[in-house]
Amino acid sequence: MSAPVREKLELGRVGESVKRVDAISKVTGEFAYASDLIAAGMLWGHTVRSPHSHARIVEIDISQALTMAGVHAVLTHADVPGAKTYGLEFADQPVLGIDRVRYFGEPVALVAAEHPEQARRAAEKVVVTYEPLEPVVDPERATEQDPIHGQNPTAGHGFREDPRPNVLRSIVVRHGDPDAIGDVSVSGVYEIGIQDQAFLGPESGLAVPDGEGGVDVYVATQWLHVDRDQVAPCLGLEKERVRIHLAGVGGAFGGREDLSMQIHGAMLALHTDRPVKMVYTREESFVGHVHRHPAKIWMEHRASREGKLVCVRARILLDGGAYASSSAAVTSNAAAFACGPYKVENALIESTCVYSNNPPCGAMRGFGAVQGCFAHEAQMDRLAAELAIDPVELRLLNALETGDTMPMGQKIRGSLPVAEVIKRAAALPVPGPEELPRDPIRLPGGAGNTTRGEGVQRGVGFAVGFKNVCYSEGFDDACSARVRLRPGAGEELNAEVQCAAAEVGQGVTNVILQVARTELDTEDVALAPGSTDGVGSAGSASASRLTWMAAGAVRLACRDALAEFQDTGREVDLERTYHHSRTFPLDPESGQVTGEGVHVAYICAAMRVVAEVDVELGLTRVVWIGAAQDVGKAINPQAVFGQIEGGAAQGLGLALMEEIQTRDGLITNASFTDYLIPTTLDMPPIDSELIEEPDPDAPYGAKGVGEPPTVVSTAAVVSALRAASGRELARVPVRSDDLAGL
Amino acid sequence: MRVQLTVNGERKETEVWEGESLLFALRERLGLPGSKNACEQGECGSCSVLLDGTMVCACLVLAAQADGHHVVTVEGLAQDGQLHRVQEAFAETGAVQCGFCTPGLVVATADLLEAKPDPSEDEIREALSGNLCRCTGYAKIFDAVRLAAGR
Repeated sequence: MSAPVREKLELGRVGESVKRVDAISKVTGEFAYASDLIAAGMLWGHTVRSPHSHARIVEIDISQALTMAGVHAVLTHADVPGAKTYGLEFADQPVLGIDRVRYFGEPVALVAAEHPEQARRAAEKVVVTYEPLEPVVDPERATEQDPIHGQNPTAGHGFREDPRPNVLRSIVVRHGDPDAIGDVSVSGVYEIGIQDQAFLGPESGLAVPDGEGGVDVYVATQWLHVDRDQVAPCLGLEKERVRIHLAGVGGAFGGREDLSMQIHGAMLALHTDRPVKMVYTREESFVGHVHRHPAKIWMEHRASREGKLVCVRARILLDGGAYASSSAAVTSNAAAFACGPYKVENALIESTCVYSNNPPCGAMRGFGAVQGCFAHEAQMDRLAAELAIDPVELRLLNALETGDTMPMGQKIRGSLPVAEVIKRAAALPVPGPEELPRDPIRLPGGAGNTTRGEGVQRGVGFAVGFKNVCYSEGFDDACSARVRLRPGAGEELNAEVQCAAAEVGQGVTNVILQVARTELDTEDVALAPGSTDGVGSAGSASASRLTWMAAGAVRLACRDALAEFQDTGREVDLERTYHHSRTFPLDPESGQVTGEGVHVAYICAAMRVVAEVDVELGLTRVVWIGAAQDVGKAINPQAVFGQIEGGAAQGLGLALMEEIQTRDGLITNASFTDYLIPTTLDMPPIDSELIEEPDPDAPYGAKGVGEPPTVVSTAAVVSALRAASGRELARVPVRSDDLAGL
Repeated sequence: MRVQLTVNGERKETEVWEGESLLFALRERLGLPGSKNACEQGECGSCSVLLDGTMVCACLVLAAQADGHHVVTVEGLAQDGQLHRVQEAFAETGAVQCGFCTPGLVVATADLLEAKPDPSEDEIREALSGNLCRCTGYAKIFDAVRLAAGR
């Protein structure tokens, strides 16, 4: 059972559980997702992708494809009108492969045709001659192999200099005395496989030429303005001539931070002077977007006999794939949160991300904190066992709190109720053991009917974790909102709010409306469509930041608009930009922050999990999850519980089943047949509790909610599996062989 | 080729290419994009429709196979401007986030409650196990099914 929701109001204010504004159109099928769009005279675009993970492009022959029925355009890198490369932080990724491809599925050519099948068939007739190169696929060897980029794209950007080949970013954090020793020491080596966001709505969009050389792109994305800033230079157009509009988004989870079809669709539309729709297949989606970084983590914890942490030493190796994407920030997060939400006075942390020819990696919910949490929580359980201290007590003994200093030198301000989330999660009542015999669906193996319960053992696990809210290291990820205010019917004000915040399913639309209703004291609030046209950037639907930032921007704009309206009595139309407190970059040599803080704020969560393991067959059943999460303030409690439940499911997926598998850099399981995500039969009931300790800096005290459940649940589920099976389980997803000891 | 079918009670006729799925015909030719294209290989359930009263993945049925048959899509569940009780329940309980799985889950739940008006917890889990959702963790979807069953 999920936690009961509070009173529901159709038109709610801050703090009330409010039905989603798009709920009705989504249950009736009327809501228009990016893949649902059509336009008169529309063509279908298709992408020709590399079958190699690393190869030299010798020749591209489009002559045959051009003659195919229904084909209107076949384009290659030679047709890219402007800059040939783009990227979120570093413009290192070719719009279309030029002389080399560096990952399996890298786009090489584009086709537009009247029917999608014609486009697919023509794509097969684009003849690309490749000369395969040895792929860099072992991250531990990457720094000794030939560089996959002639010039390292991230060199010279203020990061620590590292002369080794294929280093994307390497951070070394020295905190206190990294050689401090304790009474006891525990060590482990942990591995995390590649996880996919697996949002259900495939990458899609519609590009429409405006007849004057410009283009409108309607697309499922996470950050409209940064899409535009990447698209326009590649089209050789001024920014104003490229308008990006938010089309319905079928989930994101970080996978839509990088561009997908935006430049490609716009190129085809401008070339053919026709609207062009592109919809990825599921297979294409799996190869066409970035994934969560796989990692290998070496970790040592030194502690006193009483259980106080003395020193943590961690080495983290992340595989970034071929292009930089957001890997530099993921590398920094991995270092920042490697020790977990604990007081650690001495630490040595090395976090390195390498380039490779494995699938490209970038943003996914949890963003660098997930991998470390799996490792530090395994270590805390190991330390508890070594010291014969209760694992929950050990965590409480070391819990980080406001005023403590993080390994990068930041003193924690604001709210961070780590001890409280631990206590609240630990106090959630665990369901009692179930009797045998049972319906097979309530046993490990489930509907597969593999056991009557003979080899089934039960265990209870625990984990706590945290991460940052908003962007870090000196980046000012501001958010703008525009408010138009005029007298409405009767006494009420009529307001229209415009904000380019991407509604990706997380519920930011409701946050915006609830804030506006609260500030303007009116129910009569409409939300204008999200677009780069008419309002400034909202920043990304990332880093659990949009509740904080959009609430901040909308509140600021509403308050100023109301004051002006009350002053003049006339219609008001104004835009305001909200900035969070300033952050500062790291010193490249010491890994210490160069100002007050490297991060804006932190959010934490704890989970208690009950699991059963069939120790003979290595099959699992997660029985129950209890979660306690620090949210600052729940703007819409129903949506907050929904984020916790959904986030926990994604972490459970990484713990038990989700992994992109590769051979020589080629993805071998790009389908929902072979890449499994949790179903109704995998997800247990979840009891969640919210800890609302308002952050003094955050609007209404609301910090954010999306990521902590995903950060913690992988670690918590595996902790329960260890308790049930007695196995070490140092790698996720956990395999049956690991559980059965084979 | 030309196909004739009855969709949500209305007779429809359209030209299709022989290789087109029923899902493509519904979405791109008949103006009914409610059924969703999440995997197009029968794994996710987001295109669930009723074909002559039996639930199928519209992506696995050729449009040509539906010639002469009756199809009910998510767009056909509401009657006379009244939401189906399953649709109401999904909206109320917070079972919808990004919503891409919702049309399929709404159809699958309506189908389940038609066959089993008062399903047990296990029956709900088994009946909906062919419908993937990536946002909700299913907790509020179970709430919605129980709420709809109770009405």
